[in-house]
Amino acid sequence: MINSLDPRIAREQINEDNTIAPLTEMDNWETYEVFHQKKRGEQHEHVGIVHAPNNEMALLFAKEQYGRRGISVNIWVVKTSNVFASDYDDADIFETVPDKQYREAGGYKVMEMINKYKKENKVK
Amino acid sequence: MNVTAIKELLYKMADDLLIIGHRNSEWTGLGPILEEDIAFSSMAQDKIGQAGALFEILHELGEDEPDTVAFMRDANKMHCAHFVELPNGEYDFSIMRHFLFDHADQLRFEMLANSSFEPLAQVAKKIKGELKYHVFHANTWLVKLGNGTEESKARMQTALNESWNYALGMFEVGDFEKELQSENIFEGEEALKTRWMANIVPFIEKANLKIPDTKSWEPILGGRKGYHTEYLQQLVEEMGEVFRLDPTAQW
Repeated sequence: MINSLDPRIAREQINEDNTIAPLTEMDNWETYEVFHQKKRGEQHEHVGIVHAPNNEMALLFAKEQYGRRGISVNIWVVKTSNVFASDYDDADIFETVPDKQYREAGGYKVMEMINKYKKENKVK
Repeated sequence: MNVTAIKELLYKMADDLLIIGHRNSEWTGLGPILEEDIAFSSMAQDKIGQAGALFEILHELGEDEPDTVAFMRDANKMHCAHFVELPNGEYDFSIMRHFLFDHADQLRFEMLANSSFEPLAQVAKKIKGELKYHVFHANTWLVKLGNGTEESKARMQTALNESWNYALGMFEVGDFEKELQSENIFEGEEALKTRWMANIVPFIEKANLKIPDTKSWEPILGGRKGYHTEYLQQLVEEMGEVFRLDPTAQW
């Protein structure tokens, strides 16, 4: 076992031949997704992840990681394993064809008025 | 206002916060996991900031500049309790000290929020949220580790046993208790200790730990009067090392 003065090395239990002792149950904690709310009533926004063994500790860590600077009034933590996600193989479901562009906000008639105003007033 | 009494109160509070802040900051970069490292370091910084606010008040009352007071005094001029001077040991002890100290710290400031000494009451109101988080952090770790593995339970019980008489020493009665009480500045150490017991017991029970038998209670005193453990002089020398190179340097 490599005996280091640095506790981060010592607790990894690294053998002389550089192999690491097998992980036990609590060696690697789960990840939690963190959402913070800047103002009451506004939507919570995803800000990142924390490692934690349970909900309370996830909240504890999330507050310091993401709420320490700037403004927050509320934080949510959700186990990453509880997030149901789409598959990257299915990314084509998000593709759109040119003749559906009338459904995008940019297709509204008002754009013509905005562009005309911009042209007349030389706004870039 | 009895300025001597107020200074005595401010010095012991500021020194406790400065020294525990320094001790806890020694974990920076070495914490058990990244997230906890950040949280613990951040709270250590808060403690130094709280000490700074009190040194500012002392300065307004005629004492030296905060940096000078914090970094130039030798151990025998400090008023902290022995509890905060002890080396960090392992994380079990650091968490136990954090739990026992921060409950007292939070309650002390809670009591001072109504103090007739306005500058102190203002600081108390300002740092209320910080202290709430510190106590939430301590409670969560204590209950988690007290209900964890055989090893974590045993370590937390040992840490509690070893901390107990030192923790009781935080409530060492000062020379100006009566003056502070009669002028409605601070209710006093005994009142604080009673509230502290009422607050910590439910969490100790939740953590399935046992407070040592009353027969073995023997508060470790002397810190408030300048008598300290061998560890404090070493700590103040290290803490003030850079500042003492050139006390007039501008930062």
